[in-house]
Amino acid sequence: MLKNYFKIAIAVLRRRKFFTFISLFGISFTLTILLVLTAFIDKVVGDSYPDAKRDRSLYVTNLQKTNNTGGMSSGALSFYFLDHFAGSLKTPVKVGISSRFSGTNTYVNNKKIAVNYKYTNAAYWDIMEYDFLEGKPYSKQQIDNAEKVAVISEDMKNEYFGDIPSVTGKFIEADNVKYRVIGVVKNVPITSYMTYSDIYLPYTVSKINYKSKGYQGGYIGVLLAASSADVPKMQQEYNQMIARLPLEDKQYTKQTSRAESYISAYVNTGDENKSGVTLVLTVIVVFVFIFMLLPTLNLVNINITRIMERSSEIGVRKAFGASSKTLVYQFIVENIILTLLGGLIGLILSFIVIQLINSENFIANLELSINFTVLGIGLLVCLIFGLISGVYPAWRMSKLNVVTALKAQ
Amino acid sequence: MIRLQNIEKVYRTNTVETLALNKVSLDIAKGEFLSIMGPSGCGKSTLLNIMGLLDEPSKGDVKIDEQTTINLNDKQLAQFRNKKIGFIFQSYHLINDLQVLDNVELPLLYRDSTAKERKQLATEALAKVGLSNRVKHFPSQLSGGQKQRVAIARAIVGRPEIILADEPTGNLDSAMGNEIMEILLQLNRDEGTTIVMVTHDEHMAQKTHRLVRLFDGSQVQ
Repeated sequence: MLKNYFKIAIAVLRRRKFFTFISLFGISFTLTILLVLTAFIDKVVGDSYPDAKRDRSLYVTNLQKTNNTGGMSSGALSFYFLDHFAGSLKTPVKVGISSRFSGTNTYVNNKKIAVNYKYTNAAYWDIMEYDFLEGKPYSKQQIDNAEKVAVISEDMKNEYFGDIPSVTGKFIEADNVKYRVIGVVKNVPITSYMTYSDIYLPYTVSKINYKSKGYQGGYIGVLLAASSADVPKMQQEYNQMIARLPLEDKQYTKQTSRAESYISAYVNTGDENKSGVTLVLTVIVVFVFIFMLLPTLNLVNINITRIMERSSEIGVRKAFGASSKTLVYQFIVENIILTLLGGLIGLILSFIVIQLINSENFIANLELSINFTVLGIGLLVCLIFGLISGVYPAWRMSKLNVVTALKAQ
Repeated sequence: MIRLQNIEKVYRTNTVETLALNKVSLDIAKGEFLSIMGPSGCGKSTLLNIMGLLDEPSKGDVKIDEQTTINLNDKQLAQFRNKKIGFIFQSYHLINDLQVLDNVELPLLYRDSTAKERKQLATEALAKVGLSNRVKHFPSQLSGGQKQRVAIARAIVGRPEIILADEPTGNLDSAMGNEIMEILLQLNRDEGTTIVMVTHDEHMAQKTHRLVRLFDGSQVQ
């Protein structure tokens, strides 16, 4: 039975080449975009280099101050806040502190290089598992002594020093200050903005006063629990600390800040009353829905036309004993064959597009790949396409009167 | 074998009501070869469609093999047709995308059968109509007479007791028409298949056991 359906499906596809092209184009193009998009999301959200301990970490990226008249101030935190308040919590075994990355320019042989740098404390290096290609991170003692030392990324090394075996001990200049390179790490894509940088420096060499006692500043924190089971407790302790926190500024009546999972922190909107995750999910779902709706409607339309062309076949099949249900089944199977074929083309196209994105290096250090999650999503999307676009035309077809169907030829 | 009792068929549109069949009663015995004649639009095909359970009468009863068919649902009707009835149409109605063998196998797809059984039965049916050498051809590669022979093979492959033929020679020249008629006569003679044939051709009709004439939806002979 299935073999017969398969033969028919292939024959129909070959008979109307233009319709087939339109159908396959719609499916494969949509799928390609979805797959590249999911590969992107998958990479951004799912890539755990260098923060491999995400399952037992909470991220603090924001503090919001509000008052009754609608005034609001929202921003990253100060070093003092993270060190003093978050650092005094009992559940976290370590508190990693780093500034958001900032940009500057530096010059090598009169060539301008754009450089991003960030400041960190020593615990940051204990929590994050950067791959050191050479050297090591700076120690607490080096930080305390405000030594001008730097850890740089592999790309930075190549760009600044060229292709030489070792650069530890050499000096790199950024913002008119010379730093001694003590380590080189594997690149982090810019999409992992909480850990990305070209140059990592001790917070004590920062020109901005890290001792300032204001709550807000340019830093974010990572709280590490002893185990993932301790994470809820750590979150609760953080919330209690925020509730007890003395008001910093008389202008404001309320202070809020959350210690969140990586994904929540990643999409944090800066407004503590709105969850970034919900917003991003809604946007993605709506986008995917609309994006899938158009080719599906297109397919439904094409399928109806295709079916009506085949009314003689439908009449014959019914006359010789096919029930309406059998015909619906046949048509859905045919349609799934079509969409899976489109899916296959889509997968090949996605592979090509992803290779192109990677080879052109459109986004710094971002290496996309088709993995099994994406492949699974792709196949699922194909099946949904096949079902949605096949069911309605198949139902209409099955309702066709045999005599009318036979006369139509 | 087939018993039609007071069959009426009315086609209604918003403004017009057309009586296509008016109280037609007909008894067709097992093994009989019956032909139905009449001018165009007299209701011949409608009558054949009602006998073949492809269309429902507005009034009256259709019994096949002593069984009333009026209350059967879509699935039961489909099974009934599959087991009892084979159809032959004037314009063949072969599926152009399928090879001859696959076309002939079609009725067997809707009953319990293995691919091997289907192939064997279809090959036998094609041998009966003299087309063993055209198994892998597509319908578009065949002549009209050959197409109708494939259609006959499809109609007999499931060994139905009844064959309903709607102007089977209507699209063919007289030589090919006679060939087809010979196959049907042989089928009736050798296998005892009950055949009902609608035709415009008096000459063909004379070769059958009995002739029924319709005029304006009523039986006149």
